[in-house]
Amino acid sequence: MGKVITITSGKGGVGKTTATASLGVALAMQGRKVVVVDTDIGLRNLDMIMGLENRVVYNLVDVAEGSCPLSKALVRDKHVSGLYLLPAAQTRYKEDITPEDLVRICDELRKEFDFILIDSPAGIEQGFRNALAPADEVLVITTPEVASVRDADRVIGLVETADKGPIRLLINRLDPARVRHGEMLGQEDVIEVLAVELMGIIPEDEEVLICANKGVSVALNGGTPAGLAYQNIARRFLGESVPFTTLGKMPGLLERLIRLIQFAS
Amino acid sequence: MRILDRLLGRPRLSSREIAKERLQLVLTYDRTELSPSLLEALKGELIDATSKYVDIDKGEVKVTLAREGRRSRVVADIPLLSSQAGSSG
Repeated sequence: MGKVITITSGKGGVGKTTATASLGVALAMQGRKVVVVDTDIGLRNLDMIMGLENRVVYNLVDVAEGSCPLSKALVRDKHVSGLYLLPAAQTRYKEDITPEDLVRICDELRKEFDFILIDSPAGIEQGFRNALAPADEVLVITTPEVASVRDADRVIGLVETADKGPIRLLINRLDPARVRHGEMLGQEDVIEVLAVELMGIIPEDEEVLICANKGVSVALNGGTPAGLAYQNIARRFLGESVPFTTLGKMPGLLERLIRLIQFAS
Repeated sequence: MRILDRLLGRPRLSSREIAKERLQLVLTYDRTELSPSLLEALKGELIDATSKYVDIDKGEVKVTLAREGRRSRVVADIPLLSSQAGSSG
């Protein structure tokens, strides 16, 4: 039976969608069958980030309403085998699906997939409630910024109240140099403040935007700091204990070159 | 700027440290339903209630929120006025 992981943050713009896509790619690269589900009804983006916007025909709301079978709505990824997207509807609203719809759809997906990753919309309203309902695990994303950490704390509280979990944390866009210079909250600070288990740290990386522009996941390239970080998180989800890269410690030039060559070949 | 402060002997927190302190404070209140004004009201009632049983130093009463992991607790520090029986010197 597949595992449902809901990816959420409270605050918008911290990287939920990118993280969902990247984690999906990284898990599929490990040979797992993965489906990423966009529950941001009305503000569909996961298809765009994955470069699948031209392949979307049916969507989550069609499936919820029974006007399309689930298998027909799934979009196969272009880059990795074993990865599928269940897109959101663009011209509908969060209220057009219910938490029960999502639980039912995820129960069906569990039979087919090892991992079901749910990209939650920002906020703590209906869309978030929908995304949380089927969760076996919750991955909360924050950047090392005060507003984002505060919102993450609020979301963690709501997840705890809903009796969902385990809750684990992903810190996105950490800049080790700025942390060292005392200009940014470090991973220890964020963990101490939020008091939840750390799942991964994604370093600030120019490649993320470049990849999003092209609709190609950064996780495909372990030669990039962010790509490597996502691959490490995927391995942690599979039960491996992968050490967290310490501040500023990136793979050496030679190591990165080797990975780049492996990626290109 | 920070070098200048250090030269002048002014202790100055980095913006990283300020961010952490501000978060710890705001989250302590966020996690409970208690706002600073409600906490002040609670303090007043605690003073009234405690004074019925024992003499206290009303000016020195402190009621604060403390955090332990993801849990918070109300900590009341209510100093008693030294009575003849309790005073050691």
